[in-house]
Amino acid sequence: MRFGVVVFPGSNCEQDVVHAIEHLGFAAEYLWHGDMDLGDVDAVVLPGGFSYGDYIRCGAVARFSPIMAEVSRFAERGGPVMGICNGFQILAEAHLLPGAMLRNTGLKFICHAQPLRVEESVCHWLDLPAGIVLDVPVNHNEGNYYCDAETLARLHAGGQVVLRYCEPDGSLAVGGSAPNGALDDIAGICNERGNVFGLMPHPERVVDPVTGGTDGAAFFTTIVRRLAEVAG
Amino acid sequence: MRADLSPELAPRLAEELGLKPAEYEHVVEILDRTPTVTELYMYSLMWSEHCSYKHSRKALRMFPTEGPAVLQGPGENAGVIGVGDGWAVAFKMESHNHPSAIEPYQGAATGVGGIIRDIFTMGARPIAILDSLRFGTLDKPRQRYLFEGAVAGIGGYGNCLGVPTVGGEVYFEEAYEGNCLINAMAIGLMREEDLMRAVAAGPGNLLVLIGSTTGRDGIGGASVLASQEFDEKAEEKRPSVQVGDPFTEKLLIEACLELLSRDLLVALGDLGAAGLTSSASEMASRGGVGLEIDVTLVPQREDAMKPFEIMVSESQERMLAVVTPESLGEVQDICERWGLPATVIGQVTDTGRFVIREGDEVVGDMPAATLAHDAPIYDPAAERPAYLDELHAFDPLAEFDHPDEPEMLTSTLFDLLASPNICSRRWIWEQYDHQVMQGTVVLPGSDAAVLRIGLPGRGEVTERGIAVSSDCNGRYVYLDPYVGAQIAVAEAARNVACSGGRPAAITDCLNFGSPEKPEVFWTFREAIRGMADACRAWETPVISGNVSFYNESFGQPIYPTPTVGLVGILEDVAHHTTLAFKEAGDVIVLLGETEAELGGSEYLKVAFDTVAGAPPRVDLEHEAALREVLLAAIGEGLLRSAHDCSEGGLAVALAESCIAGGVGADVHLDLDENGDMLPPVAALFSETQGRAVVSVVEDDVNRVIEIALSHGVPYAVVGEVGGESLRIDGLVDAEVAALEGIYEDALATYVHPEETFASEELREG
Amino acid sequence: MARYEVFVTYKQGIFDPPGATAERALRNLGYEGVESVKIGKYIRIETAGGIETVREMCEKLLANPVIEDYRIEQVGEA
Repeated sequence: MRFGVVVFPGSNCEQDVVHAIEHLGFAAEYLWHGDMDLGDVDAVVLPGGFSYGDYIRCGAVARFSPIMAEVSRFAERGGPVMGICNGFQILAEAHLLPGAMLRNTGLKFICHAQPLRVEESVCHWLDLPAGIVLDVPVNHNEGNYYCDAETLARLHAGGQVVLRYCEPDGSLAVGGSAPNGALDDIAGICNERGNVFGLMPHPERVVDPVTGGTDGAAFFTTIVRRLAEVAG
Repeated sequence: MRADLSPELAPRLAEELGLKPAEYEHVVEILDRTPTVTELYMYSLMWSEHCSYKHSRKALRMFPTEGPAVLQGPGENAGVIGVGDGWAVAFKMESHNHPSAIEPYQGAATGVGGIIRDIFTMGARPIAILDSLRFGTLDKPRQRYLFEGAVAGIGGYGNCLGVPTVGGEVYFEEAYEGNCLINAMAIGLMREEDLMRAVAAGPGNLLVLIGSTTGRDGIGGASVLASQEFDEKAEEKRPSVQVGDPFTEKLLIEACLELLSRDLLVALGDLGAAGLTSSASEMASRGGVGLEIDVTLVPQREDAMKPFEIMVSESQERMLAVVTPESLGEVQDICERWGLPATVIGQVTDTGRFVIREGDEVVGDMPAATLAHDAPIYDPAAERPAYLDELHAFDPLAEFDHPDEPEMLTSTLFDLLASPNICSRRWIWEQYDHQVMQGTVVLPGSDAAVLRIGLPGRGEVTERGIAVSSDCNGRYVYLDPYVGAQIAVAEAARNVACSGGRPAAITDCLNFGSPEKPEVFWTFREAIRGMADACRAWETPVISGNVSFYNESFGQPIYPTPTVGLVGILEDVAHHTTLAFKEAGDVIVLLGETEAELGGSEYLKVAFDTVAGAPPRVDLEHEAALREVLLAAIGEGLLRSAHDCSEGGLAVALAESCIAGGVGADVHLDLDENGDMLPPVAALFSETQGRAVVSVVEDDVNRVIEIALSHGVPYAVVGEVGGESLRIDGLVDAEVAALEGIYEDALATYVHPEETFASEELREG
Repeated sequence: MARYEVFVTYKQGIFDPPGATAERALRNLGYEGVESVKIGKYIRIETAGGIETVREMCEKLLANPVIEDYRIEQVGEA
């Protein structure tokens, strides 16, 4: 089982993701945005950061990187792909996930621990019981998820809403619990099939207990277990 | 040689560029002819205060700069110390005050960009940023604009780079109203053997410019701005402000560190103030070689740029490398892979001269070392300010009618926690990515940030750590520069020790008014003497730093502000401590003794709008002993929490530990027991130095007392953690939730007085 | 070679926080008649490609059709 972590110019969480994966005892390698080959990786992670400086729009330029054509093909074949923060923005720009990220309503960059509620979903990357609350940091300026009403209904109906921002007790506040104004408090979604997953929070920051916690571990261990089961 | 200035015109241009007549004469003497336009620009910038330290150099010699851990002292782009097991950290602090007063976002952003370049130039990977900020009071819209803009700029740049901003401090005082201070400190990590110095060598080697194109940005920017006082016309200077491009800087970090790790560079220097001129001439003079640059080879982003403009442009995100002809191809390949141009613009020569060409024509030809080293050194007049006697004669206890009954004292504690100088800085640091790189063990909001040494994701994770803090209470320095500057070092060291770090070395950023005013210069020299004495006594050498003079507006100097950035070492990063009380039943011990020292205190300011009196005393031996007690106790794993007493005194320190831990405390100061009868306001709010509030599980109390006794540090068991309120004798009784509400919300309310709940409103909109 | 100006704005109904903030700030400054402020992007392109190519550039990169509208104006020959 090998993770591939894509490095775009301006990515800055790729080392953190690799560290988290290695800390959990799995293997990871860096994939270069200019390459047209994913090698023999079993799962792909698009890390956070500011690919191409977030110029034009977050993720707008990175989606045209040569490797993204390969990532799309990999996803179409059912390969597991997770986009974290900027990676989520890239997946949305690449139309591998629906919707788009607007600027935070507070007009400020936000970096803090954030309670997230696990929803009942078809996501391959997370199979914790619905209702569980995880503490995972957010770290972004454009994390305000938006899609049109029809898409939103489809996301809910298809079990594609994976994570929602919530209060520490798991409830959703009247007027929203999202720190960024996200529609329906959506923090993470997956595609219909469940193999492509995008989320704004940073699970890799809460894997090594020395610097965070352990609430992020499931985001990496679940897919390993699932792939082993499929293979097995 | 292009002779483009007549002997009559040259001195007039020189004067316009800020060269004094004698300095101009010296240039003529060096060249033995009338200088060209390009040469005059280059000399005027290199001999400006900002680049030459001509007024400060002599005083700076007082600093101790050597120690067993020091691998690189002052004089390079950054200082470097060994932190054990072959690891080294490079760090430096620098001001970007004047550009930020014009355009706070870009000024602060490019300040971060500049200090980060200083770090990776040394071969170190930047791992942390700290920011020390000073503004006027937030009731003024302009101050809110500057504050919000500067914070956004620091975040905008650092967040994009993926370097965590882990600490810093901010004060709001009238004295900074016309001249905000933006000091940025960066820390980098490397293996000792990778230490790189910006020394040009090897005639025939090539000068390669890497990174952004060159425009007219900041011509006369940092160096000129930093050398002038400010007036109402500041806005008009806007065009010369540089715009930062953190994306390109991120690519530069990656490309340069890759070039260095493959040993492809002879030397590397960053382009900061005075651009190519400064970078190239300093590299040449350190190496004792000459350089030749053809300005037409420099990639330009604007039309018709003059040679002098190219030589002094302060366009950001550029690096100058010395490369052997054999390595050039590989260097250019790596840069191209990172999307960066790498252009040969000249070469190293053995003539010792710095020759500037425009194509075939020579437009400048100077002895290279004279730019960096022949600036005049001044010995400015110094005079003790008359205001000091009057301020010291002020007796805070005698002067005012101080509260002594519980209701008033509790309400004063609330006022202090809501003070802009004390309240929570969460509003600021939540705008910074403070966690990227997986090194931040103690987040902002505690006494010091604690970082794990290592490069996670590159297979390098260690158990070692560093603790870092930046500090300076300018009010104390204003009241007594010698003592105030020592307090800056003492507090930084205490913060680091409370977190478990052994203070190792400091950097500084010395922000003062005009050195040409004798009272300012006296203050400057006293502050340096104070810091130097403290640093010598505590064996924390000064390994890098920056002087920022001319911080004045409307003729009034700012509070003298020698900001200290201190790095301490943790042998085992697991042995760190935070300020938060942990569990009910833990015993609270006060290390150090409280005295009636309310001079310059936040209490006087908040309660009586007064800044006067003598600042708290500093006992160098006691401070060192206190740190030894803290480090020994933390090392033995005895302390559940540790927090130093600073602004707001013991009461605020206790409240902060309660708020951070979400738990109350019952404290008994037994004011009368020793017969010293401290008045309640002094017991609660006195800012006596050399104190820390620690909490300990009951079984360990005796061991902590033994340690305190063995170092001769006075101690008192003052109470117990628990409950939902902070109670101090019969004097203070406040629910922690209420304290927290005031403490956490204050800053946001000051910044947005009219829209406390901005996000809700926006969402409804 | 022609010069085009492209204006990218949020679609009707998409909340525009910078616009809303500017709107409120203007009212705070005393401009009571302010009804609405929208903030968008301005892009200038010089190309021999023709307006259809510019439209394609917008669809593909310069605007995100999920949230943004765009308008192209030819402003002269470069």
